[in-house]
Amino acid sequence: MANIDGTILRDIIMDHYQYPRNKTLVENDDSYKSKHMASDSCIDDITVQAKVKDGKIEDVRFDGVACAISTASTDIMGELLKGKTILEAQEIIDNYMAMVDEEAYDEELLDEAIAFQNVGKQANRIKCATIGWNGIQEILNDTKKGEEDGQQ
Amino acid sequence: MDIKDHIGEIRAEFPILKRTMSDHPLVYLDNCATTLKPRSVIDTVVHYYTYLGANAHRGDYEMSAQVDFAYEGARKLTKDFIHAAKKEEIVFTSGTTESLNILAMSITNTWLQEGDVVLSTVAEHASSVLPWLEAGESKGIKVEYIPLDEKGRITVENFKKALHPKVKVVCFAQVSNVLGYEAPVKEIVKIAHENGIKVVVDGAQSIAHLPVDVQDLDVDFFCFSAHKMCGPTGIGVLYGKLEYLDALSPIYFGGESNARFSKCGKLKLKKTPFKYESGTQPIEGALGMAAAMKFVDKIGKENVHRYELELKHYFLEKIKDVDNVKVYNADAKSGIITFNVYDKGELIFPQDVASFLNTKGIAVRSGEHCAKLLGEVLGVPGTCRASVYFYNTFEEIDKFVLALKEASFETCLDIFF
Repeated sequence: MANIDGTILRDIIMDHYQYPRNKTLVENDDSYKSKHMASDSCIDDITVQAKVKDGKIEDVRFDGVACAISTASTDIMGELLKGKTILEAQEIIDNYMAMVDEEAYDEELLDEAIAFQNVGKQANRIKCATIGWNGIQEILNDTKKGEEDGQQ
Repeated sequence: MDIKDHIGEIRAEFPILKRTMSDHPLVYLDNCATTLKPRSVIDTVVHYYTYLGANAHRGDYEMSAQVDFAYEGARKLTKDFIHAAKKEEIVFTSGTTESLNILAMSITNTWLQEGDVVLSTVAEHASSVLPWLEAGESKGIKVEYIPLDEKGRITVENFKKALHPKVKVVCFAQVSNVLGYEAPVKEIVKIAHENGIKVVVDGAQSIAHLPVDVQDLDVDFFCFSAHKMCGPTGIGVLYGKLEYLDALSPIYFGGESNARFSKCGKLKLKKTPFKYESGTQPIEGALGMAAAMKFVDKIGKENVHRYELELKHYFLEKIKDVDNVKVYNADAKSGIITFNVYDKGELIFPQDVASFLNTKGIAVRSGEHCAKLLGEVLGVPGTCRASVYFYNTFEEIDKFVLALKEASFETCLDIFF
């Protein structure tokens, strides 16, 4: 792992927390799938939305009550996954989860999301750094399942 | 006794205060969640396992008799601790939550009819509200809420306004777990009884800090946990007036609660309180709880309460000129400090603050503290809560204040790098 100055990573999180790019939900649009994610252990309570069309993630949105870590990690996730195919997105998600679990990962794929590389230092905050990511994973799982059901 | 003059001796009784957290001396300010345990409580629990060993109420041998003596002695001590009239009015449970659940189910089954109403407040812990909602659902029992005043307190006036003939039970905390305001229990009980309403009081946050006299308060039921007052986890008390405990039925059945039963299903229950204590109880817990009561009584709850308020006032004085900290309950007469930290006028999310304090060895709680509804009263998504007990010190408050002054968006995120 490259040795990156902590202040740079901190500024990435600050930027996405104070000026999130994807923190509004789209209303009344059936092409968006939604997942409500509420943490068992803290106040985090967000809804994640994704528009998936022809195997590609066209848009990712979220909104709700969320701390700096969950807001920034979900916002950065949106930036990363938009425009990716489901397969590409899955690879990014898998690598992000590996990073949070302090396992080997490909940092090239994660771009700004590497800001959360040390989140495991505060073990109880891993949930904050993954709440949005778990939301999109559920949406992708539903999408895959829907396609399989459709084929049968 | 002035605790200040004995703080060194008192702290020496708590082995855990020697540990560190995040490589700093532990500053434990989460006493509303649970309290630390003194040596005498730990030793009592260990003594049960290393010497007493037997079950209660079961055997014809010396060990068992010794356990019975100790276990029923704990009941007697609990009776004295809350000034109950009779020791039969003390039922051992796993804690406040179980006590409240037993009451909600048993009262709903026995006394409530369709359309009846249970009153609570939006300040309450989930354990005071959810059991009633759950128990009453199939029977059509409603839960209504006493409106809080602008500070989040229960007042006698608002209680009166919430009354109507369908109200049969009122259930609320003597001291609320988020803001720490003391409810006017005695006045509410008087009015409730004039209207034929039973009163259930959640004493989880008051038992450790205030002298409690259930006869003087005239409450019908009072519930608390040992672990909030230096005792073990997994043990607590359901106090009820004997005639009511006799009238109600248990919700658990099995060994130890029945006196006789036959195959055709005829069951004769034991007397109160044993009919409520099916199965083997946490015996070491009951003994440990009694040791905790002795410990707290030795220090004296008046002294504890006075000292906690001194610590809180000291904190408020120190924080007076610190603009970035907002305290929501400065006037609450308890050791609970509910606050948020701001950075240039913007709220720092409570959990980010709590994580930052952790890196300084300071334990506080963040979140909605189970009283999920209260966010609507305070107008913030959550708060941090620091709660002191008699082993906390003025130096610890200094450290706490210093850390709060350092808290900003940047420093709260720096902990991750």
